[in-house]
Amino acid sequence: MSMTIALQQRRSEVDLENPKVAEVWRQLETVCDPELDEPVTDMGFIEGLEVDENGTVGICFRLPTYWCSANFAFLMATDMRHQVEKLDWVSRARVTLKDHMFEEQVNVGVNDGRSFREIFADLAPDQGLDEIREKFRQKAFQRRQEVMLLGLRRMSYSDDDIVKMTLQHYDRVRFSDQEEARQQRRYRDIIGELELANSPGDLAFCSYGGGALTAQGLDGYLATLRAVRINMEFSGALCRGLLNTRYKELKPDDDEPTLVDFILDRVPPRNAGKDAVPV
Amino acid sequence: MYKTPEGKEIFIVDGHTHFWDGSPENQTNLQGKQFIECFYAYHNALSPPEQLWEKSRFEKYTEDQLYHDLFVDGPDDVAIIQSTYLKDFYKNGFSSIERSSHMAAKYPDRFIVNGSIDPRDGNKTLEYIHYMKENFDIQGLKLYTAEWNGKSKGWALNDPAAYKCFELCDKLGIKNMHVHKGPTIIPLNKDAFDVHDVDHAATDFQNLNWIVEHCGQPRIDDFCWIAVQENNVYGGLAVVLPFIHSRPYYFAEMISELLFWVGEDNILFGSDYAIWTPRWLVEKFWAFELPEEIKQRTGVDLTPEIKEKILGLNAAALYNIDVEDRKAKLESSPVLVAAE
Repeated sequence: MSMTIALQQRRSEVDLENPKVAEVWRQLETVCDPELDEPVTDMGFIEGLEVDENGTVGICFRLPTYWCSANFAFLMATDMRHQVEKLDWVSRARVTLKDHMFEEQVNVGVNDGRSFREIFADLAPDQGLDEIREKFRQKAFQRRQEVMLLGLRRMSYSDDDIVKMTLQHYDRVRFSDQEEARQQRRYRDIIGELELANSPGDLAFCSYGGGALTAQGLDGYLATLRAVRINMEFSGALCRGLLNTRYKELKPDDDEPTLVDFILDRVPPRNAGKDAVPV
Repeated sequence: MYKTPEGKEIFIVDGHTHFWDGSPENQTNLQGKQFIECFYAYHNALSPPEQLWEKSRFEKYTEDQLYHDLFVDGPDDVAIIQSTYLKDFYKNGFSSIERSSHMAAKYPDRFIVNGSIDPRDGNKTLEYIHYMKENFDIQGLKLYTAEWNGKSKGWALNDPAAYKCFELCDKLGIKNMHVHKGPTIIPLNKDAFDVHDVDHAATDFQNLNWIVEHCGQPRIDDFCWIAVQENNVYGGLAVVLPFIHSRPYYFAEMISELLFWVGEDNILFGSDYAIWTPRWLVEKFWAFELPEEIKQRTGVDLTPEIKEKILGLNAAALYNIDVEDRKAKLESSPVLVAAE
């Protein structure tokens, strides 16, 4: 028996008791749009999930426009497959990109385990995905870090305190702003991945290359981070707007919880809990 | 002419407009359909609700509608119409120089129609530049590096074939190069949003003006860096400006970066008509003030004098429009309101 769901459907229309769907969803939450540094699940890219008794998972996704970059689409599809296949009961994850100028090439490439370079050899001979992945990992690091630095300044930490802050101290900071609290975890994740800071005594903040920050240099450093964020925000705002227009008919009512909220046990949806964050 | 709430008259040059035909009858394939749908999605995503159009009108509008939206309801004095062919997607081209010039001929003081080239067509392109100069006396080109051409899915400004075209343009006095750098179609052959080819072309062709539409977003930082070093690089505000409605603080951040790096003399207003109409954009822009904290942080301001430059004077300088003379001409032939 296979179960197909459309994520914007209401609770009454689907079997929500299947814990495997929720597990797949949680894995997909770790996949980000590289250009936006936001999870594909939050962006509304995932259109459907299918789980069968043999451990085969089908993931269907689509992007804000027919023209979105093939390299980003390929990256996300690869990551989706990879992350979902980490679940030990999953034998195979098949990813399907829909309504895209290169959907065929992306789907064949990702599901057959072929490289971007191989699939797009004629069109992008000079392009591999590793460089792009690296470039956008840096941008993600910078964006998350800017939220932290500005947040700490707002909480009246001095620039000197900030550049000397240890990981131990960082972990104890309680941000009242929801976005800051979210990015606090995400920044922690990325400095761990990049091995920039691991033990409690390590400095929480440094440049992407691992260079030390100084109190006098912080304004200039923040100006660089700001430019990165301005680009990412542009793309993010457009993507959300374009996706809403393209698939308007699927947009749920604002206040009504969607299936995703039920799967993840977050009814009412998390925005409603804003005031509950400790100050 | 835009009359401010204080009663001052502001000369408006709309640097980026189109007279397109994206209707199903003109579409060749799915790409043609998806292209206009993507434009329509931009229109929906960033317009105030009261400014939204029906899709059929958006796909193809009449001369009268365009004239009304720009000059009767809208505050434009002069509009620059860009040509974009997308020959692989549209039977008669998306917005052809012939169709636009035919319309513009009725209102010679109102329009400047730019041409368009695809350097991948080799010598034919050079002949075509001569054709456009002789028949339409073009002053500028729209360069759409993401255009598909058979197997090729994009080109770069520093391709050798493109340089041959620019050499000819320089010789013929075709000075203004409007480069589409920004969202919509991504040239797959190149790094998705790379703007560095502008740097090469602007350095190697100092006599030409390089107007980067959409300010290179989402690579505004790279664009700013290039613009700092090249005096002949300009930023066109199409797509950037509509954020003034949906996300005003964010718009303030973008415009302050542009003022700081690119400078008040090198930024041009453009509505991107018919994705957006100029009236609400100009009204909101005139009323807009930078938040105090941004002024302090960046040291720039958006004064009425600077707004006036951005809204018209900068583009007038690029296109040799004598503002006082043109104002007088337009006053003696006021806008024609089409019979309803």
